[in-house]
Amino acid sequence: MIIFLPLVAGLALAALPRLGDRTARWTWVAVTAVDLALIIGLWLRYETPPPGGLAFEEQVPWIPGVNSSYHLGVDGLSLPLIAMTGVIFLACAVYALRNRRRPRAQAALFLFLHSVSLGLFLAADLILFFVFFDLSIVGMYFVIAGWGHGNPGRSAMKFFLYTFLGSLALLVGFIGLYVAAEPHTFDMPALAAATPLAGRPLAGGLVLAAILVGLAVKTPTVPFHTWLPPAHTDAPSVGSAVLAGVLLKMGTYGFVRIAMPMLPQAWRAWAWVIVVVGVVSVLYGALVALAQTNVKRMIAYTSVNHMGYIVLAVGVAGLVAGDTAAARSIAVTGAVYQMVSHGLITAALFLLTGVLRDRAGSYEMREYGGLAAPAPRFAAVFAVGAFASLGLPAFTGFIAEFQIFTGSVAAAPVTAVAILGILVTAALFLRALQGLLAGDTRGRAVGFTDLRPAEVWSVGPLLLLSLLFGVLPRPLLDVIEPASATVIDLVGR
Amino acid sequence: MNEFAQVCLWLLVLLPAGVGAVLAAVARADRVAVPVSASTAAVMVGLSAVVAAARPAVAVPFVAGTDVALTVDGLAALILPMLTVVTLLVLLAATGEIRTSTARFHGLMLVFAAAVAATATAATLPTLLMAWEIMGAASYALIGFQWRDDDRVSAGLTAFLTTRAADLGLYLAAGAALAGGAGLALADLPASSPGWRNVITAGILVAALGKAAQLPFSFWLSRAMAGPSTVSALLHSAAMVAMGGYLLLRVEPLLAASGWAGPVTIGLGAATALLLSAVALAQRDLKQLLAASTAAQLGFVVMAAGAATVTGGAAHLVAHAATKALLFLAAGVWLTALGTKRLTGLRGVAKRWRLVGWSATIGALALAGIAPLSLWATKDAVLTAVAEQSPWLYAAGLVASALSAAYAAKILVVIWLRVPADRRAEVEAHFDEEERGTRRVTVRQQAPLLPLAVGAACAGLLALPPLVAAVSRAVGEPGGAHTPAWELVVSAAIALVVLLIVVVRRRVPEPRWALRWLGLPAAASALVVRPTLRCANALARFDDRIVDRGVTGAARAALAVSRRAGGFDDRVVDRAVERGAAGTLRVAQRAGRADDRWLDAAVEHLAATVRRLGRLARRPQTGQLHQYYLQAVVVLVLGVVLLVALG
Repeated sequence: MIIFLPLVAGLALAALPRLGDRTARWTWVAVTAVDLALIIGLWLRYETPPPGGLAFEEQVPWIPGVNSSYHLGVDGLSLPLIAMTGVIFLACAVYALRNRRRPRAQAALFLFLHSVSLGLFLAADLILFFVFFDLSIVGMYFVIAGWGHGNPGRSAMKFFLYTFLGSLALLVGFIGLYVAAEPHTFDMPALAAATPLAGRPLAGGLVLAAILVGLAVKTPTVPFHTWLPPAHTDAPSVGSAVLAGVLLKMGTYGFVRIAMPMLPQAWRAWAWVIVVVGVVSVLYGALVALAQTNVKRMIAYTSVNHMGYIVLAVGVAGLVAGDTAAARSIAVTGAVYQMVSHGLITAALFLLTGVLRDRAGSYEMREYGGLAAPAPRFAAVFAVGAFASLGLPAFTGFIAEFQIFTGSVAAAPVTAVAILGILVTAALFLRALQGLLAGDTRGRAVGFTDLRPAEVWSVGPLLLLSLLFGVLPRPLLDVIEPASATVIDLVGR
Repeated sequence: MNEFAQVCLWLLVLLPAGVGAVLAAVARADRVAVPVSASTAAVMVGLSAVVAAARPAVAVPFVAGTDVALTVDGLAALILPMLTVVTLLVLLAATGEIRTSTARFHGLMLVFAAAVAATATAATLPTLLMAWEIMGAASYALIGFQWRDDDRVSAGLTAFLTTRAADLGLYLAAGAALAGGAGLALADLPASSPGWRNVITAGILVAALGKAAQLPFSFWLSRAMAGPSTVSALLHSAAMVAMGGYLLLRVEPLLAASGWAGPVTIGLGAATALLLSAVALAQRDLKQLLAASTAAQLGFVVMAAGAATVTGGAAHLVAHAATKALLFLAAGVWLTALGTKRLTGLRGVAKRWRLVGWSATIGALALAGIAPLSLWATKDAVLTAVAEQSPWLYAAGLVASALSAAYAAKILVVIWLRVPADRRAEVEAHFDEEERGTRRVTVRQQAPLLPLAVGAACAGLLALPPLVAAVSRAVGEPGGAHTPAWELVVSAAIALVVLLIVVVRRRVPEPRWALRWLGLPAAASALVVRPTLRCANALARFDDRIVDRGVTGAARAALAVSRRAGGFDDRVVDRAVERGAAGTLRVAQRAGRADDRWLDAAVEHLAATVRRLGRLARRPQTGQLHQYYLQAVVVLVLGVVLLVALG
């Protein structure tokens, strides 16, 4: 129901050509709001399932020939991401109330993406996961190509080819798992319980490599990240918000949902490689972001940095040694928290950069200055978003990063070098704040119109949620912690 | 009572945080900002009195299996009332300096005050880290309060980044504490496993030195002087910088347990006290002088932590807070009125506004260590403990004391200088160089100076009998901190002599090497900032030119390969197929021709032969008997011949 409500609404919007633009926009808002309400209802009724199990499970035979079924369920890893997805799509719907470019088609496309994203996080079957994974790429391709600016065709094509190639690697890995499992199956809980390829390090390593490459492209980690900046720069701001907020999480979610539970031995064997990739992504992403002059590109690179923390934490989870299980569990909890946190904060920041383009048609920092005078509300909200993103306590980013660092350093002291990442992100965000907002009002900042209600009501709630769960993390942590303990148990087998 | 005190402790943090956040967020709150913030600060004073008396502790579960925990111990009970009182007085005084965006200013100040209260009472590392970083962020926003000046904003940036660089130590310490096995509570840290304990100690030490503007981090405090004077009066005297020293006092058992940290801490504190005093002596700007002096005075607190005298350190912290807040407020009053903070522009200013002048004089005399004012006794309480560790460091401390007498005297000489009428224009040329001065001083600006002057004069009692015994008991050092009378006399004499020399000679040596803060800002820029930016730019170019081009190159190569394959397909495979077809056709044609020419001919030839043979075979059948007989004879003869031949 939660999955298909947006899809049905989207199809209806697409099928009714005579529907007014205004109706289409408000229908989109209403549908996403109802869907979010359903998700909240789900959350309220949620009880932590037993380790390895799923809550609200549903299973219908789908392709019985290859033992693939329409299998859905939630646990502590997926529930926060589902809720975050609902929130981000609602924010995008509200933000897009001011859109004048083919709003009906846009609403239909985003409702389609909404369904696909929810489906991916709920999927408990590899084929189902893969189908949603690929459909998300297709949907985002049309978003960038259809509503983008700059050179959208090329960026969209690059995004599509790169991530699609990644998804093919993923498919190869999935098939490897299927072939190795006895009996052959694509069912996730069954595969996690069976751990195929347990005694075959070479085959396990190859299958893991295929899956890792597929997920690393989507996440993205260095060196598979170069599709991200052009895709973000040329995407419409709602597209960027969904791309960064939701689609990138599909990669990191794959690590904790598929790679770690199903290939624990291979994961342990290759954990150092993953840790190194994570640390490099953290530092490299931050430093390259520091050098950017284009706000949107800069935020895109900070995504590489923030995803790097997650990769680092899940890598550390594989460094099984002695009595570090508690520390590694903390790191994984931090990683899941970071997925939610990055979604909320970065979506807000991308929506705000959309305001820059909407008003003055440029993302170049040096073309602005002193925005705080004509647009005090924009300045305040942007400053809050920047501080949230650089990991200031009282926002979710701190809770996530604190746990990642604490857990990682305790389990593998050399990872402390990644802490430098938060210093560089602080530097780059403060430089951006200063360049855009402070000083004399100049360049394109002259005559800049402040935030409009739709913009305040889309960005504001995202940041308020980040603040809420940054001050009161327990409700979210109570859901995540059992799940991350389970993941650590599974990896430790 | 206990529950009430716990509620008070929560409120002490949450009330200013909430009110401050609302004030800062609501743009139209300017009109009510001052009364709201002043009454909040007044409530905080009351709350701090309650919690200081009742010493409650509160905790709620937080991340990583640890709590957000606030505890009021003896040390916090001593510091909290000082913090809240200074906050209230500074907020009142700020009404003269801050006349626009008052809601934002007071909101940020309250958020800052909440963070300081949380820092002072934090009982676990996550709590401390949260409060610590929010404090830093609030200081960024407050230093860059006048955001139209790029320079002030970048001063805030320098302050935030420098202190955050040091804060990374706390993140590291948190990880090490988790690995160390004793938990993340500050009180449990000394029980960690020895290896990890060293990491924890180092991390906390670095973070504290950064906040306290000790060497080598001191330079950020110089840039921070671009902020409003009232901000400096709170952040750079009583609260943020002081919290660096306070944290070291707080974890003194940890420093002691590690073995090496105590001497290192004393050494760094002594070096800062000595060198930054020289820097203060060289300054030509009142706020710069006060900033360097703050770092130097905090050096004494840091020494106290290293020498394990929490009593002396805490007393010095409180006395310095009152003294320095007073002096910064006075500097702010003059800056608002005259538009300058250059010492040459402030000549004779004490005579123009007597109350401010005399208050500042008390502050400067206290800073000089003149008996019986506050810093005289507190400094000696620290130095006594240092003397037990090393006479050399004690001597360094005495030299630093003498230097502080000198720079305090420099202030006194300037503000009381009689300016002859013919040189007045030279002084007035500096007016309004920083901002447009109002040429007047309001009652609300002056009133807070009086209680601070009383504090600057009397806070020394904390380090003298009989109060010192109570303070020692409160901070858990029963029987500690007894300063011998001769030390008190010696230091008082040194301070007095230096002061008199300066006042009589009316000038001090101004070491030129210290004017630019020992070259620390330039060094940080050359050694850290510029290389980092260069590295970032190089990596960005690498990313665009190599990584991305690698990918697009791979794509292009794939395209080229497919084009080649297409060509190959057209040229070779297809042509081969076509040639094959043509060949087949030719073969078929040839086969057809061969078929016509050979096979068919052969068949027809055969048929003709058969026909001929048929004709031949018809010939013997003549119907005449004699011919048949003849034929039979021939056959028989042939048969006989055959039989004979074969037989």
